[in-house]
Amino acid sequence: MSAATSAGTIAETGGARYLRHGRPLWRRGLLRTEAAIILAVILLLAIGTAVVPFFAQPYTYSTMILNSAPVLLMLLPVTLIVITGDIDLSVGSALGFSSAIFGLGFQAGVPIAVAAVLGVVAGAVVGILNGVLVTIVGLPSLAVTIGTLALFRGIAVGLLGTTAVTDFPQELTRPVSANLPGLPVPVVTLAIVLLAIVFGILLHFTPFGRGVFAIGLSPEAAAFSGVRVNRTRLILFVMSGVVAGATGVYYTLQYSNAIGTNGQGFELQVVTAIVLGGVSIWGGRGTLLGALAGGLLIAALNKTLQLAGIGSDTISIVTGAALIFSVVVASVAGFLSRRRRGKAAATPAVGA
Amino acid sequence: MSEPLLQLHGVSKSFGAVAALVSADLTLEAGTIHALIGENGAGKSTLVKIIGGLYHRDSGDFLLEGESVHFHNTKDAKAAGIAVIYQEPTLFPDLSVAENIFVGRQPYTRVGTLDRAKMRRDTRELTQRLGVPIDPDRQARGLSIADQQVVEIAKSISVGAKVIIMDEPTAALSGVEVDRLMGIARQLRDEGKGIIFISHRFDEVFSLCDTITVMRDGTYIATNKTAATTEDEIIRQMVGRSVGSLFPKVETTVGAAVLEVRALTSVGVFEDVSFTVRAGEIVCFAGLVGAGRSEIARAVFGVDAYDSGSVTVGGARVPRRNPAGSMRLGMGFVPEDRRKQGLAMAASVQTNVTMAIRSSLARFGLITSSLEEPSARTWASRLQVKTHALDTEAQMLSGGNQQKVVLGKWLATQPKLLIVDEPTRGIDVGTKAEVHRLLSELAGTGVAVLMISSELPEVLGMADRVLVVREGRITAEFARDAATPENVMYAATHAVGAAA
Repeated sequence: MSAATSAGTIAETGGARYLRHGRPLWRRGLLRTEAAIILAVILLLAIGTAVVPFFAQPYTYSTMILNSAPVLLMLLPVTLIVITGDIDLSVGSALGFSSAIFGLGFQAGVPIAVAAVLGVVAGAVVGILNGVLVTIVGLPSLAVTIGTLALFRGIAVGLLGTTAVTDFPQELTRPVSANLPGLPVPVVTLAIVLLAIVFGILLHFTPFGRGVFAIGLSPEAAAFSGVRVNRTRLILFVMSGVVAGATGVYYTLQYSNAIGTNGQGFELQVVTAIVLGGVSIWGGRGTLLGALAGGLLIAALNKTLQLAGIGSDTISIVTGAALIFSVVVASVAGFLSRRRRGKAAATPAVGA
Repeated sequence: MSEPLLQLHGVSKSFGAVAALVSADLTLEAGTIHALIGENGAGKSTLVKIIGGLYHRDSGDFLLEGESVHFHNTKDAKAAGIAVIYQEPTLFPDLSVAENIFVGRQPYTRVGTLDRAKMRRDTRELTQRLGVPIDPDRQARGLSIADQQVVEIAKSISVGAKVIIMDEPTAALSGVEVDRLMGIARQLRDEGKGIIFISHRFDEVFSLCDTITVMRDGTYIATNKTAATTEDEIIRQMVGRSVGSLFPKVETTVGAAVLEVRALTSVGVFEDVSFTVRAGEIVCFAGLVGAGRSEIARAVFGVDAYDSGSVTVGGARVPRRNPAGSMRLGMGFVPEDRRKQGLAMAASVQTNVTMAIRSSLARFGLITSSLEEPSARTWASRLQVKTHALDTEAQMLSGGNQQKVVLGKWLATQPKLLIVDEPTRGIDVGTKAEVHRLLSELAGTGVAVLMISSELPEVLGMADRVLVVREGRITAEFARDAATPENVMYAATHAVGAAA
């Protein structure tokens, strides 16, 4: 290839040839957090099946999905929020608030469908408040959503007091926690898969999603490229609220229990799953698949340790250690690859 | 007179292959005020940083009161009696005025506690001596920039500074504050200090300074006694070089108006700005850094808000504060700071090139990497970006190649109007010429180009028309043939009506 010494003109396409990718497929495909996490999930389940008594039965898998469904649902929109560089810690409280509104509405004799819609709207209200405070008022999302986390948990508990609404009709609660006909897979799996596809396409295959990444990479450069930065962030917070609200309705029916403390602590599981799945907490990097895999890993970890008779405090220790380990591994890997490519860039570029 | 306070001879400094300072000379006598002037990039800041101990010189002599010195860091320079007052003071915002002045060397009482009374007393005495009494207990946070500068000066006196360097101290001050600062400078001079005063404002330089040293392109040009020189002479020294041969300017036929800006005002930033850019025309904003050129461009493109006025492109009103709307009307914007505004540094060349055209690449609302790739490939190769793969991160490229990626990103939008803000800042000479040729060709295809540049040769070489911006207003307009380095520089440094 002739060296690019003579300046090209914009009319002609110059002699430069570019590889599409600088690294071979196996390294791009396999040396990724998502791949590692999926592998870890499979390994964990395999070990569980082999070692832990009573693990190898359909019931294990269906309860594993059922237990982790709220987190798996809520982490989908929150992943997009984290990729923009924001965070939403209020989803657990939004779930609880939605649950309380749904329960109260039902108790007050509102048709259950209307009560369910009210529950979703309650979640949306949390999302709108977050979004407005973050984008219009301009406060940091961490502070805002810690605030709404406390605020809506307080309201939810305040609304229901120490009582719980439990007398939901069985013809609704039963199908919600049932399995798909003939499969050891709960119905909610369908919702998770559907929403994952919707959010996956939104994030990875639309101009909107390109904007989401651009904001996380550099909000200023994104704004200069015509990304409606604040509008995008607002939309994502509202989406997160709506999904948390819908999850609240689902959760209430699954356990036939509307109580103010529903979903408490879920926000940490959501964020843990997302970070574990290789999404950068600084924004700009990550995949929805990775975040989902992170959620599944936590679910599998919980289930395995639980069946092995290990207490919840230990489970918590293991989850925390896994999170720190994954962050350390990602940062060391990033450092190594930067150093390697730094060396590669120092040598003259190869024409191909 | 005895030994000069400060003497530099043949001081040079390079960063990699870029020579920032070539053989600079400066002699500062005690009890004088010495102006250091030159265009942006002339090497003034580099020189100041060497004197202040921030950079090490590569070669040359540096004598302080006749003794050769070698500073390892700013602490050495301070200990030797050199103080630098920056345009934006660097006080600790949460500490009081007195604490700021004595930070790191607080006096103690006999029982080992801080001697606050002494700090207060000394602070009061110092600020009074400077004629600007400031309450020693006030937090630095609430002080005006002018008062913060006074605190910095008080601090430098209290540590016994003999050389005080003021790096564009008046740029952010109001008229009264400037007078006050000049009073302080005169007082320090009378007390026998040596002052180096950097300013772009000729009136200040001529009324305050005893000697004027001019620098250009990193090189020492001349030292003049103020009494024995004229503004014209200084301007000639600042710009004196052949202009026009460097840039391949293509003559184009100028078409209809593309961008029309009418009475655009953003209170306190710029005022009553009106201008037109026509198809095939390159219009340049000349002026000093801080004159408001970038701010006008940002408001026109919609990144910043403005208070009144109108912007139209091709006759259609451009929405306020909406870059996406501006882009739909055919506007493109290559911003000043490519690392923060132009590029997502951690993202690939492909992501960056396609960032502004992501909507138009989508099919049925969906976009994939394989839809983006041909576009990225096309623009990267048209601009001859030097990289071996499209997924190389932008931060791995050289500055010149990064700038090509930014240009490619905006050329990909096929704009009718392209605004380029300092398009060649910090890039190598070869790429610079390529960028100039590119902009020239772009205008040749009928694109309207609005260019902001602080480099006079670039402005004069590229522009069909030069608009001079000074303190937020367009104060002069020159056609290509009428623009000379002297009259553009004069307009950029003088108030309207003061024309010679």
